[in-house]
Amino acid sequence: MNAGDALFLFFSLALVLSALMVVLSPNAVVSALYLVLVFLFTAGLYILLQAFFLALLQVLVYAGAIMVLFLFVMMVLDLRKPCRWWDGNLPALMGGPLVGLAFGAAVWATLRRTVWPEATSETLFRGDLAAVVTPLFSRFLLPVEIIALLLLVATIGVVVLTRREDHP
Amino acid sequence: MSMPSPEQLTWFLLFAPLVATVGILLFTRRRPMASAVLSIAAVSLSFVAAVKLFLVVASGAVVSIPPHIWLAAGPLIVEWGGVVDRLSVLMLLVVTGVGTAIQVYSVGYMRGDSGVPRYFSLMSFFTFSMLGIVLAPNFIQMFIFWELVGVSSTLLIGFWFERPAAAAAGVKAFIVNRVGDAGMILGILMVWGYAGSFDFAVLAGKWQGLGLSPVILAAAAGLIFCGAAGKSAQIPLHVWLPDAMEGPTPVSALIHAATMVAAGVYMVCRVAWLMAASPAMMTVIAWTGGLTALMAALIAVTQTDIKRVLAYSTLSQLGYMMLAAGLGGTTEAMFHLTTHAFFKALLFLAAGSVIMALHHEQGIWRMGGLWKRMPLTFIAFLIGALALSGIWPFSGFYSKDEILFLALEQSRGLLVIGLVTAFLTAFYMGRILWVVFFGEPRDGVLYGHARESSMVIILPLGILAVLSVAGGWYSVVPHFLNPGLVAAVPSDKIMAGFLAVPLIGFLLAWRVYGKAPTDDAVLRRILGPVYRWMENKFYFDEMYGWLVDSVQDTIALVCETFDRWILQGVGVGGISGITRGLGGVVRVIQSGDLRFYLFMAGAGVVALLFWWMRL
Amino acid sequence: MIIGLDHYLAVSAILFGLGLTCILMRRDLLLILMGLEMNLNAANLALVAFSRYGRGADGQVLTLFVIAIAAAEAAVGLAIVVALFKNRRSVNADDFRSLKG
Repeated sequence: MNAGDALFLFFSLALVLSALMVVLSPNAVVSALYLVLVFLFTAGLYILLQAFFLALLQVLVYAGAIMVLFLFVMMVLDLRKPCRWWDGNLPALMGGPLVGLAFGAAVWATLRRTVWPEATSETLFRGDLAAVVTPLFSRFLLPVEIIALLLLVATIGVVVLTRREDHP
Repeated sequence: MSMPSPEQLTWFLLFAPLVATVGILLFTRRRPMASAVLSIAAVSLSFVAAVKLFLVVASGAVVSIPPHIWLAAGPLIVEWGGVVDRLSVLMLLVVTGVGTAIQVYSVGYMRGDSGVPRYFSLMSFFTFSMLGIVLAPNFIQMFIFWELVGVSSTLLIGFWFERPAAAAAGVKAFIVNRVGDAGMILGILMVWGYAGSFDFAVLAGKWQGLGLSPVILAAAAGLIFCGAAGKSAQIPLHVWLPDAMEGPTPVSALIHAATMVAAGVYMVCRVAWLMAASPAMMTVIAWTGGLTALMAALIAVTQTDIKRVLAYSTLSQLGYMMLAAGLGGTTEAMFHLTTHAFFKALLFLAAGSVIMALHHEQGIWRMGGLWKRMPLTFIAFLIGALALSGIWPFSGFYSKDEILFLALEQSRGLLVIGLVTAFLTAFYMGRILWVVFFGEPRDGVLYGHARESSMVIILPLGILAVLSVAGGWYSVVPHFLNPGLVAAVPSDKIMAGFLAVPLIGFLLAWRVYGKAPTDDAVLRRILGPVYRWMENKFYFDEMYGWLVDSVQDTIALVCETFDRWILQGVGVGGISGITRGLGGVVRVIQSGDLRFYLFMAGAGVVALLFWWMRL
Repeated sequence: MIIGLDHYLAVSAILFGLGLTCILMRRDLLLILMGLEMNLNAANLALVAFSRYGRGADGQVLTLFVIAIAAAEAAVGLAIVVALFKNRRSVNADDFRSLKG
């Protein structure tokens, strides 16, 4: 077992454990902090996959921006009463894991059946910055523009949604 | 600058009025004068272009405008083009020339009306549509402009839409024309079905050679003629034209006397090959025209509204044209169409001048002695009346003469009808002349206010008067239409006979109305019950009313029963019942529970995954 | 053992399944949104793995787009949660049942 494999095992085990904690922890804030961990370990896996730029973005956008937004909203909302998951009704408690497990089983079976083409070290894609970003400004220019527009719309939508009622 | 080609001239001529319409609607909606100038400029430029085209065609040159394919779907090929030949150029001249005179006149007539920009935009739009009919080289293009003409005509009849009668008249014109146009489009489809083309030139070459049975030939010609009968107000689709007089008088002059109602005659001449293929249909057309001419003349004798008399006389003259077309006399029909456009426009405009002077009074029994007050209008009306009655040497004499001569050669029955109509025409025109312009004033107040109209009114009258006098001399029009024509000149005896008939009519009118009576009592006494039939327009409107009432109400009752019990009960009720029942079942799932929805969505995705992957 | 594509895909699948479980099991609207983020993250992981072993940049470019959209989605979703909280003083999904048919 070389160092890469060891790192993969560590990252993926930690990732799964953190994700499990997100699901199980009674407190939303704790869940959010575990989610940060999930994102960080995913970034680790990205690095193992030689996607350095994405790993960076993952930390910046997910862990840095999105999760901060989550925590910020939790602070603002001032949630007195945590809604614990084991308070719900039994069918709902059973249904979630059941569907999750069924999904996992489906993917597992699919993976078992699929034969992937042999990958050698020469054919692996090295995701350096130029290789990832160049398509953004050529082939995917229009989608990039559309995404920019989408972000603008989302910004406006958020402003409208959270506007105070007494100041129309 | 080089001379524009005939093709460019054609398109310019067609689209200049449309540009004026759009320009008025977009830019000068609040400026009456600017709208009038724009509209008149467009139509007079079109007139200049028409004159140029006329010179080109008259010099013997053949103008061909290659058609563009507009729509092609399998065997259905619709083209867009223009046809410039002697027939269409003559019609272009009439439409733009008379149109220019009438639009100038409108400036005076419509002064002070709040809708002047709308009026001129509609006039321009009408001109555009009418030119489109004239230039159309195929059935589809003609039908499109045919309908556009119908629309603009309806809008102009209902121009004073705040008056219920005007609005109703517009609707009536539209509906009656629909009846004719329904036949026309069926005829177009039939022709296409058998010959596979819409193009006049192509069809003219192969229609006779298709070897179709006489019934089919007659049906195709008859259906197409339905459209012509609707537009040209032939029996039994004539009922809309008298009501159309609710529109402004210049509109009546341009659309319902000079140009649009002539479109039916023009089309019958344009598709003469189609009509000629069915001798039976030709007879029907000729007799329809003859009966229309006679019946309208009879009605005109009894009408007391000056514009309605002119309207019925228009019907009558259109009947003459159809009669000629039905006898195969395309040239004669177009000749009479041209002269009629001149003198009928003149008559309407002169009548409009009288109506204006009398503050929109149209009843002839409140007029009288007006020749002293408005001598110029009187002279114009007199010229128009003489031309209409067919007195030598006015234009109407020549054109009517040719039609009567045609009838003399081919059908004694139609000749008698034509002569009686000519007599009646002279009689009712004499009646109008004596009642309106001679005798004592019957309404002192109206008479006291009557003044001669302004120059902008008189000038178009003068131009049209000159044309009405000279339009028939030397048979310019027939020779232009048919350069190889060797006119069979009727003998002097026949000519004298044709001339004597209207003179007798005038004399009789003088005998009856020369002593300044105050109503139609004399005529009423002589004719007795017949007079009441004539006065009530032979009860056509009542008959249609009864027909619609009885037939339509029966059909409506059946439909209502069907609708209520079958459609509403079984159809709608069944569908809504099923939907309601199913909804009742499904609404159980619609619990409003967000997480339940999520669960269903997630489970659905996973189930799909299993299914797709064949797990 | 050689770590290959299927290992990464397995991790991605587990992460997705846990995200799905989170969405379905938790009653807190915020947790439902977090579960959504986990799902997107799982998809991203799969895309990057495919990009690595499929010899192309497209997977990574797509991941970029997903990240951008996830940011927008999180912002809008949180704004809706805030608006809901202002109206009902609650973020419990079970409290919002007014769409009952």
